[in-house]
Amino acid sequence: MPVTDIIKDLDNLTLTITAEFAAPPERVWQVYADPRQLERIWGPPTYPATVVDHSFTPGGRVTYYMTSPDGERFYGFMHLTAVNPYTDFEFDDGFADAEFNVNPDLPVAHSVYAFEEAAPGTKATYTSRYPSREALQTVIDMGVEEGSTSAINQIDELLAQAHQPSA
Amino acid sequence: MTSPTVLDDRADALFGALADRTRRDILRRVLAGEHSVTDLASAYDMSFAAVQKHVAVLERAGLVHKRRSGRQQLASGDVTAVRSVASMLDDLEAIWRGRIERIDALLEQES
Repeated sequence: MPVTDIIKDLDNLTLTITAEFAAPPERVWQVYADPRQLERIWGPPTYPATVVDHSFTPGGRVTYYMTSPDGERFYGFMHLTAVNPYTDFEFDDGFADAEFNVNPDLPVAHSVYAFEEAAPGTKATYTSRYPSREALQTVIDMGVEEGSTSAINQIDELLAQAHQPSA
Repeated sequence: MTSPTVLDDRADALFGALADRTRRDILRRVLAGEHSVTDLASAYDMSFAAVQKHVAVLERAGLVHKRRSGRQQLASGDVTAVRSVASMLDDLEAIWRGRIERIDALLEQES
């Protein structure tokens, strides 16, 4: 399994996921630095992402939209605050209107993506910090498909617990 | 309908309440079972008034409920309020896992 560690900091609303990929950091970096590759991995197959602007430099902006099965579009952006090729990049991300004007009422999370050489190729560490509970919920709502999968798993767990005799 | 501002205020109260170590410790105790504020106060090296204030912050955040029984104030934790933060991070984890699996698939296609 590519995911090797997950840290959920409930107090600081921070999620850190570590994953290992069987390719060198230079190759993993391209997944983000190349807009055509980024759109293949960003949204789930049912909510594909389309990258519009892609200025992958410090102070640059990446804009994209995700299309729902009904054809509804959700617009988002990443504002890059640091870009150090092959080792790390940092960005604020949030949601926007159809002209990619930042919606000031919707939350912005700060993320750090870091890559280092490690067997079998690259160890990637993804950290995102969310400003509020509402921010978390909005991000989950945007990633509906996968978010709802875990919601379904939770219901299954609840049902399984309900069938067990109480201790 | 609850307005977004009210929701935001609630979120601020929730995370403000959890930002303090003593309050997290109090919350752990009252999630395990109802405690009187007097009992809680005896567990910490601080005044009854200080512990009472911590309990009040947790109560305002919706994490703790208080009831009176005679001269006692009894505090208990609200499990659902605590669990919802964890379940939100679980949802987020699912989104991230999806992205990581897609990167893995993309890299494998080439090799």
